[in-house]
Amino acid sequence: MSEEEEQVTNDSPRAEPEHEFGFETRQLHAGQRPDPNTGARAVPIFQTTSYVFEDPESAAAYFNLQEYGNTYSRIMNPTVAVFEERVANLEGAAGAVAFASGIAAQAAALFTLLEPGDHVVSSSALYGGTVNQLKHLLRKMNVELTWVDPDDLDAWRGAVRPETKAFFAETIGNPAGNVLDIEPVAAIAHEHGVPLLVDNTFATPYLCRPIEWGADIVIHSATKFLGGHGTSIGGVVAEAGTFDWSNGRFPVVADPSPAYHGLQFHETFGMYGYLMKLRAETLRDLGGALSPFNAFLFLQGMETLSLRMERHVTNARRVAEFLQGHELASKVSYPGLPSSRYRPLVDKYLPGGPGAVFSFDVAGGRAGGQALIRGVNLWSHLANVGDAKSLIIHPASTTHRQLGDEELAAAGVGPGTVRLSVGTESVDDLLWDLERGFANVAATLEKESAPA
Amino acid sequence: MTDLTRYQDPLRIQRVLNTARTIAVVGLSNNELRASYFVGYYLRRHGYRVIPVNPRAKEILGETSYPSLLDVPEKVDIVNVFRAPDALPGIAEEAVRIGAGSLWAQFGVINLDAARAAEDGGVPVVMDRCIKVEHARYVGRMHWLGFNTQRITSVRAGLQ
Repeated sequence: MSEEEEQVTNDSPRAEPEHEFGFETRQLHAGQRPDPNTGARAVPIFQTTSYVFEDPESAAAYFNLQEYGNTYSRIMNPTVAVFEERVANLEGAAGAVAFASGIAAQAAALFTLLEPGDHVVSSSALYGGTVNQLKHLLRKMNVELTWVDPDDLDAWRGAVRPETKAFFAETIGNPAGNVLDIEPVAAIAHEHGVPLLVDNTFATPYLCRPIEWGADIVIHSATKFLGGHGTSIGGVVAEAGTFDWSNGRFPVVADPSPAYHGLQFHETFGMYGYLMKLRAETLRDLGGALSPFNAFLFLQGMETLSLRMERHVTNARRVAEFLQGHELASKVSYPGLPSSRYRPLVDKYLPGGPGAVFSFDVAGGRAGGQALIRGVNLWSHLANVGDAKSLIIHPASTTHRQLGDEELAAAGVGPGTVRLSVGTESVDDLLWDLERGFANVAATLEKESAPA
Repeated sequence: MTDLTRYQDPLRIQRVLNTARTIAVVGLSNNELRASYFVGYYLRRHGYRVIPVNPRAKEILGETSYPSLLDVPEKVDIVNVFRAPDALPGIAEEAVRIGAGSLWAQFGVINLDAARAAEDGGVPVVMDRCIKVEHARYVGRMHWLGFNTQRITSVRAGLQ
């Protein structure tokens, strides 16, 4: 025992020594300690709008951000804070701010660092809702946007302009399964003093931690695998805390803020500056706060994140192999298949497996895709992913419906494309049900090709 | 990369914070929007006696400001430094001369020669860490705003 350790042991027996806790420990404990007031072991749901101040000086200190204090649940809430810290911890971030949805989180992450006249470079292989958000919301903010093929490093490099303020991409593209080569894309962004924002929803921090590869901001739709049970809508933004917001490109973060009595967020709060601004200004002004009850449900889900993801991946692999061998299926996009061109990137970034969401093309185009969906009973036909239950959808008629043909193609969606989110059921039942769906596809195609 | 592990040991940080009462803040600003003012204000709120050391001010946070550490007329438990790294050797020397309990250099205030000199003189050093953040991490309420405290414990602690 070192001299230091001995002294502390004598003074305060509960001093906490340095220790690297494992992922499974942190998914249960990070962000929460037993409630000091009651001793409650589970996370209490603090269903309150506001908090009583001790005295006027304390109230002022909280509003001035001189003291960490609760003021109003649109801006912070102790139950939501446990969820935020747990995500930050699992992602290896300095902190996190939760939002009412993944889309709200994404809007806030960008809004905090953008100004009119700025420019964003984004992968074109994205969730349809994100494509809409970037295309229309940024246009209304007078921010220009360049789409790039995420696999083309020269395209990322070539798209940078003096007014570029962010690179945006998904770890695993929805629904085509592109795997982002995070390290070089982050390096290109950093060469130009620009942060890389990564939507890590499909991988979760159990399978990939983009910050370890150079990403600066990680966004989640917690609605999906983090929550894992399809009960609640929510999102979260985690920031690494290592990006230099004072590099001259981000006066909106570094200069005295007119929205917070002249505070210079990066200078004053250092590695926590962006997160402070995200909370104290953006969340305050856009208002998309996560409810404490939803945060509680997400926390319940996250306690089993690693266990669920392992099972999701095992089942997804079996389903992908089944589809690859099926005569009525083609273009199975699961990057975990040995034939996938993303295989080297999966080995590097997603050694535990590339999640459980992917797409494939059903024979017979639109009619074939719809016949498959009509023919299954166990797979749930709905617009979500990341539930413990298996989900199926036809993107061209639903999630990606607002996209033109070219945008559909860029997102890897064809008329017969079906997207699966493989759940944690008995995998034989999932295959049995898909086989029934394919029988319906075969019957439909036969009927169509039969002479009238 | 300079190895600062020795100066960022969690047990040392907790001991310094838990045993100190008086903190001299060298380079404390009178501008309430500066980081040093945020820290000084915070430390005073949490019961520490904060002594400003800044030759350009007479009074900060309602306390007399002294031109140098050598002018502080009482025992100092922590010398907390908000100055450029090249000012650290001089401050370390003064910290040894006044018999300070410890020397705490803020984020980015890194000077290994100064740290060695302080420790040779019997003054333990914490370096490239923010005293407000570390206090908030172990004793305070940093976890109320979604920051990653990196703490994992099932111990029921006191009220914050």
